[in-house]
Amino acid sequence: MADDREAILSRVRAALTPLPERAAMPDYDTEIAVMRKLLANRDLVSVFAERIKLVNGEALTDPAELARRFRAAGWLHGYCDPALWPRLQPHFGGDFQVETSFDRTRIDDYAFGITRAAGAVAETGTIVLKDASTSSRLGALAPWAHVAVLHRAEIVGDLPHAIDLFGDDRNIVWCTGPSKTADIEGILIEGVHGPGVQFALVLD
Amino acid sequence: MRFQQIDQFASHLKADTRASVYQSTKMTHEKRTKMLFDQFADPNRLRTIAGEIKQHAIENLDTYLPAVEAKLKANGAQVHWAADAEAACQKVLELMRARGATRMVKAKSMVSEEIELAEFLGRHGIEAVETDLGEFIIQIDHDHPSHIVRPIIHKNRREVAVSFEKNGLGAYDDAPEVITRRARQFLRHKYLQADVGLTGANFVSAESGRIVLVTNEGNSRFCLAANKVHIALIGIEKIVPRDRDLALLLNLLARSGTAQQLTVYTEFISGPKSPAQPDGPEEMHVIFLDNGRTEVLATECRDILRCIRCGACLNVCPVYRQASGHAYRSVYPGPVGAVLSPLLMGDRFAEKADLPKASSLCGACQEVCPVNIPIPDMLLRLRDKAKREHVSSPGTPPMGAWSLLASQPTAWRAALIGGRLINHIPTKMLPVPALRAWEQKRTLPEWRGGEFRKWLAQRRKGKSP
Repeated sequence: MADDREAILSRVRAALTPLPERAAMPDYDTEIAVMRKLLANRDLVSVFAERIKLVNGEALTDPAELARRFRAAGWLHGYCDPALWPRLQPHFGGDFQVETSFDRTRIDDYAFGITRAAGAVAETGTIVLKDASTSSRLGALAPWAHVAVLHRAEIVGDLPHAIDLFGDDRNIVWCTGPSKTADIEGILIEGVHGPGVQFALVLD
Repeated sequence: MRFQQIDQFASHLKADTRASVYQSTKMTHEKRTKMLFDQFADPNRLRTIAGEIKQHAIENLDTYLPAVEAKLKANGAQVHWAADAEAACQKVLELMRARGATRMVKAKSMVSEEIELAEFLGRHGIEAVETDLGEFIIQIDHDHPSHIVRPIIHKNRREVAVSFEKNGLGAYDDAPEVITRRARQFLRHKYLQADVGLTGANFVSAESGRIVLVTNEGNSRFCLAANKVHIALIGIEKIVPRDRDLALLLNLLARSGTAQQLTVYTEFISGPKSPAQPDGPEEMHVIFLDNGRTEVLATECRDILRCIRCGACLNVCPVYRQASGHAYRSVYPGPVGAVLSPLLMGDRFAEKADLPKASSLCGACQEVCPVNIPIPDMLLRLRDKAKREHVSSPGTPPMGAWSLLASQPTAWRAALIGGRLINHIPTKMLPVPALRAWEQKRTLPEWRGGEFRKWLAQRRKGKSP
């Protein structure tokens, strides 16, 4: 493999050295692909709520409303980040069975997973998950419904700003709506491997 | 007349398949175009800049590759290099054996198709399960993908339902929702049982060492949530200079590929999991693959290495729409494949030298390309290369008579007038076999030879506008 490294790099150099000049990096505004009209003079929370709806997700602001939705759907058993549960528990009734550690041997038992998001992107309706703030990757992925909990102030306008906030986290995931496929005859089906239902719970 | 190989394939295509391919490519292309022009004032400028970024990156790989390697190592990942398909397959096998691993789950990766990794591992007693729904269906059918982004664009739901039944995934039901739920149930247990998760990468940032994975299904995320070892198999051309360049490229990739503003799961991974995270890889291995890429880099066709595998050129191509992906006999079909596939053959270029000829040079592929690759120019370069290397071209009509006529003005004039006879000859009696074959599928326009010369002569006399 060490040989392969040298072989590849020397072939790269041999291919590039004869070039009279190398293509220059274009000097461009990295916000060039931002849909500014969409964001102009708008509150980021309402743009986010509107955009996540376009990708079949939903933004809620009231934990009690979330509990009502779950009950109506018959989703009473789920996983919740242990750091979030004390704040959410009062809104959920005693009919809910919520675990604060995710057991991978019972992956199909969880109807919902509630985890902390690091933020969101208004322009695209995207939820940002970072490894450091996600209590369980599986808890945020395997259950049918995923709730990403975030604060209003954590919503940024567009992708370049979300990239600026990468920091040094080694695993960042942008989730834009529920998991989906159109592999079979181009027909949209949600909930392929990940959640079929995606909520963002936006708190003050 | 013998046809070119791609024509032969296309002429045997089932009507069903042709219709599936035609309809889905046309729909995706139209949605893509509407979206780009509705949302951006000048989408052409975006793709021109994206092309410049990628061109800069590939022309500076000698700096960027060692930079990425250093970043990845600093982030706790291990970096390996593979000169060819064999070396890459061996490296994966070696990593698995060293860990006593026997089961792999795979996210979609064109590079792994290119090196036929799953088949290789299978021969060595390792189960490598494709987790992308389309790729999973391809795998259980022992078929090949026919599109870069939509691997089963050539299949309909009935065919899928039949293979699910045959493979013990449930009684025949062709509702796409039922098929998807069955795959979900089957594959989530595969993720949990596996030892290693393998992914490709859509981009790698030289600035941070982050690899970017783009999926809609969430399968690559699942591979990296359920497994302790992550292997990323990446072509050396995937580099972009900075994290911030990803904003433009991701915006263009999703819109060009599937007419989405952004794909559902966009992952940025620069190392093993964080210490506090209970799920995910404790080890991350990156294998950088050459497999012919440095040879392409040394040619005038190096611009093809900008490709971000969105599939837009396949969707718009009149040849791809009629012939479907398998006609290209390559992992990379369509216009990009007609350039890349013969080039990646190296010394065996001649075997695929016919592909660049399967184009009308209409230029639509370059017009839609999110990184503005001059595909038509490259098709011409490769035709020229084939000619210079005396590659025989079976099925191509001989052009000797044509070149004789075209180089002798008197003969040309006579032919223009004589050609009018064609208007009066029944199709079956046309004197040239190539013309007869052509006429079977199309209507020959009326011969109007000499009209232009007549017009020009009039104009010179000042009698015509």
